[in-house]
Amino acid sequence: MQDVKTEKKEFTPNIVAFCCNWCSYAGADLAGSSRLSYPANVKIIRVPCSCRVNPMFVLKAFQQGADGVILCGCHPGDCHYVTGNYYTRRRMALLYSFLNYMGIEKARTRLEWVSAAEGQRFSAVMNDFVKTVTELGENKRLTDLRVKEGE
Amino acid sequence: MQRIGVFICWCGSNIAATVDVVKVAETIKNEPGVVFAANYQYMCSENGQQLIKQAIKEHNLTGIVVGACSPRMHEATFRKAAEEAGMNPYMVEIANIREHCSWIHKDMEETTEKAVVLVRTAIAKVKLNAPLMAGESPVIKRALVIGGGIAGIQAALDIADAGFEVDIVEKNATIGGRMAQLDKTFPTLDCSACILTPKMVDCAQHEKIDILSYSEVEEVKGFVGNFNVKIRRKARYVDESKCTGCKICMEKCPAKKGANEFNMGLDNRPAIHIPFAQAIPNVAVIDPEQCIKLKTGKCGICQKFCGVGAIDYEQKDTFVERQYGAIVVATGFKPIALDNFNEYGYADNKDVITSLELERLMNAAGPTGGVLLRPSDKQHPKVITFIQCVGSRDSSGCGKPYCSKICCMYTAKHAMLIREKYPDTEVHVFYIDVRTPGKNYDEFHRRAVEQYGVDYIKGMVGKVYNENGKLMVQGSNLIDNEQITIESDLVVLATAIEPEPSVRKIATLLTASIDTNNFLTESHAKLRPVESPTAGVYLAGVCQGPKDIPETVSQASACAAKVIGLLVKDKLKTNPCVAQPDENMCNGCGQCANVCPYGAITYVDKEFRLGGGKTEIRRVATVNPAVCQGCGACTVTCPSGAMDLKGFSSKQIMSEVEAICKM
Ligand SMILES: Cc1cc2nc3c(=O)[nH]c(=O)nc-3n(C[C@H](O)[C@H](O)[C@H](O)COP(=O)(O)OP(=O)(O)OC[C@H]3O[C@@H](n4cnc5c(N)ncnc54)[C@H](O)[C@@H]3O)c2cc1C
Ligand code: SF4
Ligand code: SF4
Repeated sequence: MQDVKTEKKEFTPNIVAFCCNWCSYAGADLAGSSRLSYPANVKIIRVPCSCRVNPMFVLKAFQQGADGVILCGCHPGDCHYVTGNYYTRRRMALLYSFLNYMGIEKARTRLEWVSAAEGQRFSAVMNDFVKTVTELGENKRLTDLRVKEGE
Repeated sequence: MQRIGVFICWCGSNIAATVDVVKVAETIKNEPGVVFAANYQYMCSENGQQLIKQAIKEHNLTGIVVGACSPRMHEATFRKAAEEAGMNPYMVEIANIREHCSWIHKDMEETTEKAVVLVRTAIAKVKLNAPLMAGESPVIKRALVIGGGIAGIQAALDIADAGFEVDIVEKNATIGGRMAQLDKTFPTLDCSACILTPKMVDCAQHEKIDILSYSEVEEVKGFVGNFNVKIRRKARYVDESKCTGCKICMEKCPAKKGANEFNMGLDNRPAIHIPFAQAIPNVAVIDPEQCIKLKTGKCGICQKFCGVGAIDYEQKDTFVERQYGAIVVATGFKPIALDNFNEYGYADNKDVITSLELERLMNAAGPTGGVLLRPSDKQHPKVITFIQCVGSRDSSGCGKPYCSKICCMYTAKHAMLIREKYPDTEVHVFYIDVRTPGKNYDEFHRRAVEQYGVDYIKGMVGKVYNENGKLMVQGSNLIDNEQITIESDLVVLATAIEPEPSVRKIATLLTASIDTNNFLTESHAKLRPVESPTAGVYLAGVCQGPKDIPETVSQASACAAKVIGLLVKDKLKTNPCVAQPDENMCNGCGQCANVCPYGAITYVDKEFRLGGGKTEIRRVATVNPAVCQGCGACTVTCPSGAMDLKGFSSKQIMSEVEAICKM
């Protein structure tokens, strides 16, 4: 885990967060309206359900230079679409082992359940994730492998 | 070429205090595709909206991005404004620079930089937006209620009173359900029939309600607002339109040895019968398993005696097809079978009975005319022992893991009623916990203990056995920490309840989900407790989870409110952000339909041109836009990448990712 650590002090990771519309995006809104801060390098993409997130999107983010990718969905059993987050959980489990195979630290991706009422938790999760990714340092693995920029 | 307009909101000082809004607008102006950028104090205000509308018209914009508060606040507002200016409302994207930016970061420079990225991300997305049209589907103003217990009855009456047609499909020969079998009801001890049968009559007489008794749902097609349902009307061998309910046939029928289901098999009924005196409809039915005429061709006595010529041995099942806008499932419950619980000796001892059997033994219209006599020798029992939680809260796998919820209350009821009517009777109750939350419920239980002297013993029963004609109940008394044996004349098992088994078939037909215990699942445990996840399908009564009559009735009325809210609409607007397969890429593998929680995906054979005048027929997926809820599960499952989601397409999300990463 430590091998990619960079010496640079000022490193701030760039983080893509996928949030489901019904729970986590609303949780992020609540974190906002409660003024519960987390680092500005987290940027959120709104998706209807965590199950809309294709593992390809995560790989794409890494390829484009993201240092960390986090997926947030409703708690198991609370999915707006009944079973969506169960699919997400299974897909992410597969993705972890694939990332491992490619030499990308598993800790650069995370799946978290955040409900619409958990502004506090959203902020805590993001702070923690940013801290973890900052410790891991810059993601070089995939960007180095990248064939060409963009499409 | 895209012509994008960008509008940055100050939100007073909510955004402007930490985001340099002018700088954001200036920076964004130079983005490729952006032809107009402005900032304004309150974009959502009348003036702000006017600014948007004007810019759309003046600059011939093809899409807009509003950098403002959360889309959960004002997406609808800005979409409407765009629509009023002649732009498709789905060409609008929101960059959330308030909740996700200005409110949580302090450093002006950092926050402004992030706001720029968020706006760029929204621009990247909007460039790939396509105009979408919310579809419309008509609403058929008629409801179907499956199951005619108290849940179904209440829902039907409420819907019908609001002026809509309702059909009740009931599998038995009469409506009424389990409540019709009860004697008195907690917590007020009013007689069940006295409060239920008037409602049954109301159903029969209501001009908007049609009762299809002795019928079952065979097939369901369609979707919310537009269900097409095929109903099997089982042959009852009696013409419903002619039978007057005179019961002469019941008197004359020689095949009298049928187990009387209504009395839980405690006595017999003839092959031709009306289930109970107040049955609705009050029409006879012939049990074909038992009828001599139907089995051997001989007899035919009932036909001879029937004064109105209602008997028809040739009757066959018939089918009707009807259309409904909404469906209420109210299929109720049954007590579990006790095969796994030999320790209680239910199968071997006539005087070990279930609580529902006790209801019949105490009911004035029951097999003993309401005199409590034990089944074996018709003697009055002097010592009665109740055992609670039989098969409930059982994690061993023999019974059910859940609490059946009603047993603590009805056992207290039984104990009290017995002590009231026969004060010389000794009543013991073995319990694990007494669970009686609810208005006037705990008081009810305490009355049994304090006022009626019912002996409550905390502990489990190990076994019930017969010794010299006496029932020995052996159990532990946890308070006194001792093993005890109670010599009893009658043992009553508070048997766990489970969903009526046919609910599985109903759930499959409706693509309504059920949990591991076969209870139907609600759309949201807290906020949408009477809706099933399938749009247009609602849940009432014990089919959704154990509950008593007051709760059942509340849930049924809540269902009715939801149904009425749906049926008053002439048309339903459908969410246009639905899945859509690319037919040229789809190979019909069938995986997407497997993950769709709503059954929105079907497969059709389609003809494709191959060139050179040749064609080929291939199976491809199609999505019903009225059923799809737009979760996107199928898009990720599709191995050929053929399935995509409108409004959240893979390309759109990918370009958002790119915009965020390209800092
Ligand atoms: C021993 C006992 C005592 C009780 N005492 C009390 C009491 O004192 N007070 C109280 O509040 N509650 C009491 N209850 C609880 C009460 O019985 C239930 O709350 C109530 O009956 C639930 O009504 P329901 O309509 O949901 O189900 P049900 O009464 O089971 O009705 C369901 C109906 O649907 C029909 N049906 C089932 N499947 C299909 C199908 N596939 N197609 C068509 N029709 C179908 C059934 O034939 C039935 O008519 C008691 C329960 C028991 C077991
Ligand atoms: S024909 Fe069947 S139902 Fe009628 S009287 Fe004979 S046995 Fe009974
Ligand atoms: S998006 Fe969800 S609801 Fe729509 S077809 Fe795909 S899986 Fe079914």
